[in-house]
Amino acid sequence: MNDLQRQQSPSDKPLVVIGSGLAGYTFIREFRKLDADRKILLLTADDGHSYSKPLLSTGFAKGKNAEHLSMADAGKMASQLDIDIRTHTRVTAIDPEARRLDAGFEGSSSSAGETIEFTELVLALGAEVVRPPLSGSAADEVLSVNSLMDYRRFRERLVTVAQQRCAEGAVDRPIRIVIMGSGLIGCEFANDLLASVDTKFTVDVISPDSRPLQRALPEQVSLALGQGLEEAGARFHWQSTVGSVDHVSEASAGGGSAYLVSVDGGELRTLQADVVLSATGLRPHSALAAAAGLEVSRGIVVDRQLRTSKADIFALGDCAEVDGHLLLYVQPLMQCARLLAANLAGGHNADLSYQAMPVIVKTPACPLVLAPPPEGLAGEWTVAEADRLDVRALFHDTEGSLRGFALSGRHVIEKQTLLRDLPPLLA
Amino acid sequence: MRKWQCVVCGLVYDEAEGWPDDGIAPGTTWENVPEDWICPDCGVGKEDFEMVEM
Repeated sequence: MNDLQRQQSPSDKPLVVIGSGLAGYTFIREFRKLDADRKILLLTADDGHSYSKPLLSTGFAKGKNAEHLSMADAGKMASQLDIDIRTHTRVTAIDPEARRLDAGFEGSSSSAGETIEFTELVLALGAEVVRPPLSGSAADEVLSVNSLMDYRRFRERLVTVAQQRCAEGAVDRPIRIVIMGSGLIGCEFANDLLASVDTKFTVDVISPDSRPLQRALPEQVSLALGQGLEEAGARFHWQSTVGSVDHVSEASAGGGSAYLVSVDGGELRTLQADVVLSATGLRPHSALAAAAGLEVSRGIVVDRQLRTSKADIFALGDCAEVDGHLLLYVQPLMQCARLLAANLAGGHNADLSYQAMPVIVKTPACPLVLAPPPEGLAGEWTVAEADRLDVRALFHDTEGSLRGFALSGRHVIEKQTLLRDLPPLLA
Repeated sequence: MRKWQCVVCGLVYDEAEGWPDDGIAPGTTWENVPEDWICPDCGVGKEDFEMVEM
């Protein structure tokens, strides 16, 4: 026993949560409803602001910057939830057997980290943005938005561009955005920027696919979404990828700084942009868990009680692969947070169950609701009705049972009725 | 008439207004909103709504 262990009685050691996103904060909030006394320590590499993740892709249509979207800062959260929070603190290693971890202050030049002991550890690490390799002098200025801090950086960049426009006396010239990727986030951001209440944008979407949300949606629904977004002003460049992003000289950019984006494939060769956003996908944060010897597949592997392969270490949210399911959406995350809180606070061993869960795609230009069929399930999509943006597509398995659907336009209203017919994802 | 707010995205369900887009008539109390109704903005269920004074 070392000195630290001798000084601490077990009850002094906290339940430690890593990550201050929706998963971490929701878990703690639910836990506190059941146990007001337990010592909880939250470690986060971010600034610890509490915010609603889904609203990051509706901020422009609603005229909300990062400050508007922040519901509470770390200090307020700490007192509200009666917990300790360490912000800008990155966990560098976990020792599952000794039940302790190493953490260091971000940006601190000294290597003086600290060792923290825990009774139980909850990993709410989220997902990281997948960045395709890019060349060019401005490759590292390509932005992604997967957190409130990212959103703030994006907004700050836009303020800089707007100031340049002012200085040039070209206030009315739209801000040119290039979005890489036509998945959920790429489409939601394209729509949100085009619906902006206070700034005029042009939006070019560059994608290796042939249509929006290609892997998730049956063709006709996907085409309806593409049509809706195009009518809202989006310009799609299909079967293309961004090769490089360079700074353009002030003269050729017409004053101010801008980027020259070179495009591989397709007909378009280059285009100029004021901001380049990368939205090419997310991947669960699992490196820390893997280094600690936890079982990792596509995400951190957990069972239906959200237990990792090591005792007293749990994972939930975007970082977790729950009984084989990798679902980076809000509703499964909320269900996991509630179950884990009840189990840990009450000493229960309840299993998670998932009802069929719809994904609401926030593209008002073509409203869309998707209930994805279970991964790998054999079956086929049939389009029951299609009229311009209004499409109803149903997925039936080989036995003829309804297992998924995609609804667009006026058909989204049918989601409630159809959901009742879907069997649970995890019974 | 009361109001209920989605804890995830802040959407407000106002009993006075109902949610006609989902076939929920104005004046429908929260108890009478179908159990499987989901937040139109972010997709979470009724259990993620809390009553708010507004």
